[in-house]
Amino acid sequence: MLGFTDPSVLWDRVLPALNQGLGMTVLLVVPSAILGFFGGIVVGALRVYGPAWCQRITNIYVAVFRGVPLLLQLYFIYFALPKWGIYFSAYQAAITGFILCSAAYHSEYVRGALLSIRQGQTKAAQALGFTQWQTVRSIIVPQALRLALPGCGNEVIYLVKYSSLAYTLTFIELTGQAKELAARTFSYIEIYLAAGLYYLVLTTLAAWILRRLERKLAIPGFGHPH
Amino acid sequence: MLESIETVISALPFLGQGALVTIGTVVLAMLGGFVLGVPLAVGQVYGPMPLRQFVRLYVWFFRGVPILVLLFLFYFGLAFQLELDISPFAASCIVLGCTSAAYQSQIFRGSINAIAQGQLRAAYALGMSTPMAIGAIILPQALRLAIPGWTNEYSILLKDSALVSVLGTMELMSRTKAIATSTTEYTAFYLAAAGLYFIITFAGVRALRALEARVRIPGYTPM
Amino acid sequence: MTQFASSHGSPSPDDAVDTRPVILEMENITKKIGGRTILHDVSLAVRQGELKVLIGPSGAGKSTFLQCVNLLIAPDAGNIILKGEKVEPHHKPSLYALRQQVGMIFQDFNLFDHLTAQENVAIALRKVRGFSKREASLRAMAELERVGLSRRAGLYPAELSGGQKQRVAIARALAMDPQVILLDEPTSALDPELVGEVLAVIRELASNGMTMIMATHQMEFARALATEIIFMEQGRIIERGSPDALLAPGAGTRTADFCSKLLAEECGC
Repeated sequence: MLGFTDPSVLWDRVLPALNQGLGMTVLLVVPSAILGFFGGIVVGALRVYGPAWCQRITNIYVAVFRGVPLLLQLYFIYFALPKWGIYFSAYQAAITGFILCSAAYHSEYVRGALLSIRQGQTKAAQALGFTQWQTVRSIIVPQALRLALPGCGNEVIYLVKYSSLAYTLTFIELTGQAKELAARTFSYIEIYLAAGLYYLVLTTLAAWILRRLERKLAIPGFGHPH
Repeated sequence: MLESIETVISALPFLGQGALVTIGTVVLAMLGGFVLGVPLAVGQVYGPMPLRQFVRLYVWFFRGVPILVLLFLFYFGLAFQLELDISPFAASCIVLGCTSAAYQSQIFRGSINAIAQGQLRAAYALGMSTPMAIGAIILPQALRLAIPGWTNEYSILLKDSALVSVLGTMELMSRTKAIATSTTEYTAFYLAAAGLYFIITFAGVRALRALEARVRIPGYTPM
Repeated sequence: MTQFASSHGSPSPDDAVDTRPVILEMENITKKIGGRTILHDVSLAVRQGELKVLIGPSGAGKSTFLQCVNLLIAPDAGNIILKGEKVEPHHKPSLYALRQQVGMIFQDFNLFDHLTAQENVAIALRKVRGFSKREASLRAMAELERVGLSRRAGLYPAELSGGQKQRVAIARALAMDPQVILLDEPTSALDPELVGEVLAVIRELASNGMTMIMATHQMEFARALATEIIFMEQGRIIERGSPDALLAPGAGTRTADFCSKLLAEECGC
């Protein structure tokens, strides 16, 4: 059994492995967060402004991806799709699942934000001679992004945590590294606590950035119903 | 195609038992999260500073660490390292219950804070003590306000419950994975499982909506 | 204080020395909030059956003073003496006993939103005074009867008009058998047409000898019923005296001045 009383073990074996896992986790989270967010904007916009058939399809997409466990989605992509001739590496499968799922959640916040902008403002913009595109760009988007930011930001924090599911597809990220280390050393509590701390740092950092961003973009009296 | 459907239908009882385990896990975790989450919320709103700090720390920990890591920490840590006699099912319920308590406490805190200050003042003016006022005036209102958030928490927890399959609990997800692998009917079984998750979500949400309507106060809309 | 001050609070010069017992005494109440002095050395003694009316501009400290009386706000200095006994603000039983005996009516009613009118009146009877469920609802019904709302007993606050809510609040306070009732601008959140029904209930209480301290802007009501009018400004008592003395034509008091301003606002001139 390997204890943490010997600091050299900590520095020599555990931390490098966890750091490597952390790198992999970041590789999962960053592209998934960015593409998921932009996907969410597109889907959210389609659900509000798209033609009827488009709204219907995107609504079904969102209902499915929000209604089914993410683990099931990942298994489907990784294990079932090859049967249909679609092959993904573990990394690709994980990223694909994360993007599709978080785009569905992001679209909820985007949709809510778009719907809560009062109709009168678009009318006012048109009355001032704005084109459709100018209205969207200078009136709708700046407000909608601010309204959607807290929800979307939380979604990214969730993504940091749910990136651990990639380990179930054999992609060895932070949780996977911790599991291997723990199985080898039997120091389950210490190692999982250490991994937990890594995640806490990531989620706390993400929450801190989100709060700063919200504060930076805050408009007095805006975005607080009642 | 037809063959796949037949395979799935013949496996339905097997999956159905898994669904029952899933439901049991979620119900226990919801209740555990409730029993723990209400005092956490009350402590965070009305408690002394050290208690508030403790609740904040608790919420920060359980909301910041992935459920998978918590499952490994509690199950392997307790069962293997501390050699406690704990089943994967019990560990799953504990982890999901503690996590849900963190989320539920924030739902309840929000609804407690949504209640007008005057309610508490009126209770004090009638000679009620703080625990009495919280129990008789604040919580009955706050818990009603919390039902929509609670419904949401239910559907999140149901999906998170799939994660306990990594400990080998024989719930819906792990049964689905096992039978999909052994029959290689991946598509059919994963779709069937998705359908079952939908049904369980839908049934639970319906039940909670009914509860919400049942305890609704005529004409009342929160401030 | 002016020459109109009257330490006994006697209603009119014709009366003999008032021999009714003092029920509630506030001595030198001082309260600072955030470095600002909200109440400055305010003292007031209330005899049984008196109706003391607090008037003054908003921000004068009337509401803070009333809330200090039943210690919803803890004063920084000063004493509260209920029936000759000094209340210990930090001694819980003494605090709860005070609040049971001093009822309070709020500007915004503060009915418990999840309880029916009857349950609103009954809940403190059960929880605080230990009535059985049956006793409490019977008593609640009787109190609702007294404010003319027995037919609305089963309705929830959101189903009642503002005036009805305030009458339920009064019934709720009465059910505790208080020695004194504090009324913090009980009609100022009401639509004008609903003010009358609430004032009628308060008038009824006054004529039955209920001891009350009331902050209000209803000058007609004060003139007709107050034993003493207390004019407050910036946390101090500026003037006090009988309505006749303070509001007499040509009295030249701050109270009369304030009163005529109120009237001017009301008629919009």
